[in-house]
This record gives sequence, C-alpha cells and structure tokens, in this order.
Amino acid sequence: MSKRTIDFELATPGLGAGGAPTRVPLAAGPAGEGQEHDLGGEHLLINLGPQHPATHGVLRLVVELDGETVVRVIPHVGYLHSGFEKLGEYRHYNQIIPLTDRTDYLSPMANNVGMAMAAEKLMGIEITPRCKVLRVIACEMSRIISHMVWLGTTSIDLGAFTPFLWAFQERERIYNLQEMWTGARLTTSLTRVGGLMADVPDGFVEGLRQFTQTYPNTLNEIDRVLTRNAVWAGRTQGIGVLTADEAINYSLSGPMLRASGVPWDMRKDQPYLDYETYDFDVPVGEHGDVYDRYLLRLEECHQSNRILQQTLDRLPDGPVNVDDPRVILPPKSRAMSDMEAMIFHFKQVMEGVKAPVGEAYVGIENPKGELGNYFVSDGSAKPVRWRIRPPSFINLAAISKMAEGHLLSDLIAINASVDIVMGEVDR
Amino acid sequence: MNPSVDALRATFGSAIGRAQEACGDTIVTVGSANLLEIMRWLRDTPGQRHDYLVDITAVEYRDRERPLEVVYFLRSLERKADLRVKVELDPSGELTVDSVTPLWAGANWLEREVYDMFGIVFAGHPDLRRILMWETYAEGYPLRKDFPLRGRFSRAEQVRQALNANPEAHYSIEELSIAEAYDELPPDMRERLRRGQRGTVPESE
Repeated sequence: MSKRTIDFELATPGLGAGGAPTRVPLAAGPAGEGQEHDLGGEHLLINLGPQHPATHGVLRLVVELDGETVVRVIPHVGYLHSGFEKLGEYRHYNQIIPLTDRTDYLSPMANNVGMAMAAEKLMGIEITPRCKVLRVIACEMSRIISHMVWLGTTSIDLGAFTPFLWAFQERERIYNLQEMWTGARLTTSLTRVGGLMADVPDGFVEGLRQFTQTYPNTLNEIDRVLTRNAVWAGRTQGIGVLTADEAINYSLSGPMLRASGVPWDMRKDQPYLDYETYDFDVPVGEHGDVYDRYLLRLEECHQSNRILQQTLDRLPDGPVNVDDPRVILPPKSRAMSDMEAMIFHFKQVMEGVKAPVGEAYVGIENPKGELGNYFVSDGSAKPVRWRIRPPSFINLAAISKMAEGHLLSDLIAINASVDIVMGEVDR
Repeated sequence: MNPSVDALRATFGSAIGRAQEACGDTIVTVGSANLLEIMRWLRDTPGQRHDYLVDITAVEYRDRERPLEVVYFLRSLERKADLRVKVELDPSGELTVDSVTPLWAGANWLEREVYDMFGIVFAGHPDLRRILMWETYAEGYPLRKDFPLRGRFSRAEQVRQALNANPEAHYSIEELSIAEAYDELPPDMRERLRRGQRGTVPESE
C-alpha cells in the first residue's frame, strides 16, 4: 500500500532556536541538544478511564507523563468481565451461540459463525453450500459494520465529526438487513451448529445488492475528507509505529498485523468457507502506523463489498441446514405430527448435541483480527473448555509499546487504531 | 504425522511425550522441564519457524484424575502450518511452568490471563498479576472446575467486599511510585506496600 503521497510536518508545531518551525521530537530517549526539561524529571500520573469516551469502552489506562510525553502506559482491563468461558462450560453447544453475540458486539454475526465452525469441526459436520455462502455474507457484513464503527469513533476521537455520521448511516443500513434476517440488530444469534437459525427472507438479497451498489460512494466520500486531510494525516502518520517483527512478536492479528507489513489473512492463508474461491485483495501496509491502519481498514471495506457482490451472484439454492436430525431441530410442524421427529426434537432440546471426545480450534478472520474458538469435549453435550482467542485483547496488549514516547493526545489516536471492543477484551 | 513432531523427537528425545492428531491438528505433549528450550527451538530452527504465537490457554478436565494442561498454539507464518504444544501439570503438585515471554512479547497478557483464571504460575514472567479479576480478588481461580459458577462467596459477601473496597487497591505500587505519592501515603499503607502486600478488604465490624 503506497498510497501515501504526502508527509506533513505540522503534527506538533513549535519554534526552533532560529525561529523556524520545528517538529517536537516524539520519540523517547535522550532529548536533543539545546532542549531543556522544564519539569526537571518530575513525572505526572494520569488516570484515563474507565469511564471516558475516548477509551472506547471501560478501558482504564494509567499513564505516566513527562510533560506531555507518555513515558509509560499501564492498562487495566476486566471491568466488563462476565465469565463467558465459564458460562460456556455449563451450556449446550447451541446455547453458547447467544454468548458469542455479546463478546465482540460490534460484529456479532461473525462471532456466531466462528463459534459454530469450531463446534462443527469438533463434530465433523460439513455444512451445505448455501449455508457457506450465507455465512460469508454474515462475516463480511460484520466486517463492514465493525469497520464503520471504528472509522466513526476514531474520527471523532481525532476531531472529525462528519465521517462519524456517514459511517453510522451505512452501519444503520446493514443493521436493517441484519434485523430483517435475524430479527435482532445486536444480539443476532445467527448460526446453529450445522446451519443457520434462518434462511434469508424475501427482499434481503435485493436489499443487500442495493447496499453494495451505493456503499462505495460513502467510502469514497470518507476517503476524500480524511485521507489527504492535513490534520488527519498529521495526527496519524508516524504515530504508534510497530515493525513487522514487533507485530509478530506481540501476536497481533488482523488489520494491526497487516498494517505493519505482514501479509497474513486467515481468509487467504488458511481459507475457510471457500474464501479461496472469491476474488478479493488483502491490503497490506508498510509503515505500521495509525494512518496505515486507517487506509487498510478503509480498503478492507471496499474488498468486503466486492466479496458481498460475489456472494449475491453465486448464492445457490438449497437447504441451509445439514440433513442430520442429531444436530438440526426438525421443523415444528413435523415435531408435532411425526413421532420420530418429536423424539429427535425432545432429545436435542433436553440433552443437547453430543460432541465426540476431542478438541478443535478454528480461527477466522474477524474484523478485529483472528478470532479463535477452541473447544475441548469429553463426549458430553457441554464442552469441558471453551476458549475464545480474543483478537482485541491480544492487540491491546501492545498499546504500552506503541504509545511510549508519544504525546498524550497521540495515545488517544493509538488506542483508537487498535480497534478494541471491551466486551471481547474482558469476555 | 506432522514432520515437526519427528524433528522434535530427534532433537529432544524423551522430553517429547505423546503426539496425536485431533480434527486435523497436531498436538504434541512436552515435558515442562525444558519447555523454554523446546519453544525456542520451534521458533528459531529453519524449517520449523513457528514464529507466531497464536494463543496460550489452559484446560482442566471434569475428570479430576487427569492433569491440567497448558496449551500453546503456535503457527509458522511462512509455512502456514499450525502446531499445538501441551504441557501437563499435576493438579495436586505445584502448578508452575516456565514463562515464554522471553520469546514472545504477546505471551505477557495471555499468561497473566491463564494465571488469573487457573492459578498456574509462570516462572520468569515479568509482571504476573491478575488481569481480568481485580488484584484483591479473594475467591480463587474462576475457570477451575472446583470453582462454583456463581462464585465462592455469597452475593451479600460479594456486595460487602465491593462496597468496602480499599481505594489503594486501585493503583499498583509502581503506579503510586510514579506519582511520587509514595511518600505521602499513611505509614501503615506504605509499610504494607513495601512488604508487597496489596490493598486488603477491611473486616466487617
């Protein structure tokens, strides 16, 4: 991604000894010659959050400041801890799906898909072709709404209000489609082990097609307002830089990893849901700063839109659920009239779907990074262990490394660029 | 079988326990004694290059006889190959395993979470504190099987502790020392912090 055509020198204005405007050195370490530390090394402790709009949830950062420069950041998480992994051990596999809505609540449908895929891998279930395409639609719709929230809130953090309204307008259109499909805007609980809660309703495909036709206009408008905007570029370029090696060492994933120049995307490199058959590009950054993360997420929205168009063209007819009465509930009408169907219905509701002894891990490319679902089963209908690999939690761990040496106001930009959602960080 | 397993056996011999395939993934159990050495070898050896640590977690089975497992998910970005490494710990013995933070900075928070949830101590970890639960959390380790779903304490006790929470527990000693607030603390609190003791919940009258 070499879209960077401009480099601004007006990030932090100041006057040099000769009266010429200079850039205040942002890097930590020995201060330059002729500069004095007015504060004589006296450091200030700032408590940011947990109730602060710029921390994107209940994140608390204890920041050590030297003047306005961040010396150290000590993050505190856990304010939203709800013990989802523990709760999962007391639930049937299908009962876990509502919990996944509430982890990364900005992309609930993609979480549903990830969890169902892990359970299916454990049980050895192969889903139907229509279900695969519909799940791709769910994942890409989630990517778009998640990136729209990210873009809106980040632009607000950095002082731009207009893109926020545009982004949330587009998100609203996806939410309407989501509501049409699942009946819920936030807690979708879309998938079931072996299929989906429901097929898409009439009018959904047309609605989504209309969305994919007009959505790029909004992205282009956002691009016009932000990408070459002096304030935006000045506040994001060269901020929070991580090299490729550092990004790998910190186990970063998703846009955070790719912005640092590591071309790793689960959809391309460990394909699932037939992603290898779709024609899309994976943008990769080169500077690893906040600006590259912005460009990358913007481009990912374009690519998601491309994938959505392809899914609509190829959406096959057929059932969405596997033909297996062990895992899929029979239709209510049959359960009320057919003895066998009623038995299956009863057994599934009362006992749940039993998984064989073993364990399975499935990582999918969620908007925030690699979402992993790890199930360990002892042969009963409830997992022994359900582990979520939370991409925002692991990405957030690098915030101290990224922020140190920058200004306090840059910390806000860096924190925004990680794209965290505390429901997932704390689980 | 995954060639990494044969290479591991050839290099480390008896330190490598059983290996199995589960749902297409390779799982290899290794001894806890030279975990760091094995991990370093897996990360740095050409042909292995498991340079990316996907996740660290732990598993406790419902069967009390089975050992606790610490699970490392490794990935080689260039070979696009995954490997799952497990270390077994006897639940009646000392739950200690070497930290892999010298190899991967990303292990820092992941190991803290495993410590927080399972009580497994990672020797050599630079900052092994609770991460999701608060520092003074006294009910134990939530993801252990002997931990009841609703917590160990009654709801009334939990509310009482929350209301009585000592504000000093909200900052760690290093944070207090940054602010140079250390000298301004009451002497008894300073003494407690010096002993490494964090905020305590006062007894009810």
